[in-house]
Amino acid sequence: MDQVDFNAPHSMGTTIIGVTYNGGVVLGADSRTSTGVYVANRASDKITKLTDNVYVCRSGSAADSQVVSDYVRYFLHQHTIQLGQPATVKVAANLVRLLAYNNKNNLQTGLIVGGWDKYEGGQIYGVPLGGTIVQQPFAIGGSGSSYLYGFFDQAWKEGMTQEEAEELVKKAVSLAIARDGASGGVVRTVIINSEGVTRNFYPGDQLPIWHDELESHNSLLDILGAPEPMNI
Amino acid sequence: MDSVADSQRTLYPYVTGSSVVAIKYKDGILMAADMGGSYGSTLRYKSVERLKPIGKHSLLGASGEISDFQEIMRYLDELILVDNMWDDGNSLGPKEVHNYLTRVMYNRRNKFNPLWNSLVLGGVKKGEKYLGTVNMIGINYEDNHVATGLGNHLARPILRDEWNENLTFEEGVKLLEKCMRVLLYRDRSAVNKIQISKITEEGATVYPPFSLRTYWEFSAFQNPTAGAEGSW
Repeated sequence: MDQVDFNAPHSMGTTIIGVTYNGGVVLGADSRTSTGVYVANRASDKITKLTDNVYVCRSGSAADSQVVSDYVRYFLHQHTIQLGQPATVKVAANLVRLLAYNNKNNLQTGLIVGGWDKYEGGQIYGVPLGGTIVQQPFAIGGSGSSYLYGFFDQAWKEGMTQEEAEELVKKAVSLAIARDGASGGVVRTVIINSEGVTRNFYPGDQLPIWHDELESHNSLLDILGAPEPMNI
Repeated sequence: MDSVADSQRTLYPYVTGSSVVAIKYKDGILMAADMGGSYGSTLRYKSVERLKPIGKHSLLGASGEISDFQEIMRYLDELILVDNMWDDGNSLGPKEVHNYLTRVMYNRRNKFNPLWNSLVLGGVKKGEKYLGTVNMIGINYEDNHVATGLGNHLARPILRDEWNENLTFEEGVKLLEKCMRVLLYRDRSAVNKIQISKITEEGATVYPPFSLRTYWEFSAFQNPTAGAEGSW
């Protein structure tokens, strides 16, 4: 019970989200990577670039999701050269699907592919365990997503602005972090539209406080009003 | 008959508390624990009190299965009641309570029906400070600083470095907060709501819950995968 298993596979417990809005997509994720109960990395970046206009949110096994994204990046690079123009989001998502599906017995990773291209605009594709591909107006994944189904059923709206979409993603990841032990750290978002890509970073103190949580302090001593110990 | 006995066993824990950390300081014992009750990887309950005064001279901190901790509290309430009923001016000190708990835990372990907890028992009687721990398999010992669970791996090294016998209350609190902050960063089941309690010759005080500030502004956290897409 009291063991830290350093040989346990690195797993990104995770909360990942992808949301379309009226000009593109917003991708979001937490930043916790755990080895058993130990948090191996508290500031990971789970939103990975495949091309300039397509990114993927990774969940599940850190190794499996990394190697899949590495292969897809490699294939897309060659594809872009041959095509002579940026790859479409659909092609990127289908490459991910092919790898996930054809190696389904050996992979344990759920992915959300999101991006913008000039033909279809902003698109989100979910590629869960098993290699199904499903295009959705929004997708959630990772262990933290269990806590968000009800939230999205209620809060998701068609035709949001960029600000509304990013606020929704930020709020959702923060809610999942509050309840999922395997998610935590900071909220990272990536916004992709015709103009390009914007990365954002929201540490814990910039996120809202939810039920049964408290405002944070430097020390109990500040609250008790005890005098600070003297420092010479 | 065996099936009845089997159904009474704790085979695995359900609602669990994470680490407890405790130190001896100038006037007595300081103990800290967060208020989380995890249900597997879900952070289900966020106001669980895991530090309780026992009689006049002791403090008990518990991690592990909360229902077993509540049962232990019932045993201890009865123990203290009978002790008071003697009305002989004597009262059980921390060493005696620790010994009682050790016997209970070890005997349950021998029947393959453990109380799934790691306990910290601290107190002061007649000026003598006492700090001990006992876990579900009956391992028990005393020391100047003890911890349960991941606290052993993350907090004890800090305490080995920075503990000394003449810590003031303020220094002790700051030291415990340092340990609890590391646990918040690195323990999946940690929750940001902490209780600190102290016990001195005068008696026990359990301070109100509070949250700790966390730090995320290292420049390395901003864009950790720049130049190494797919890493984390």
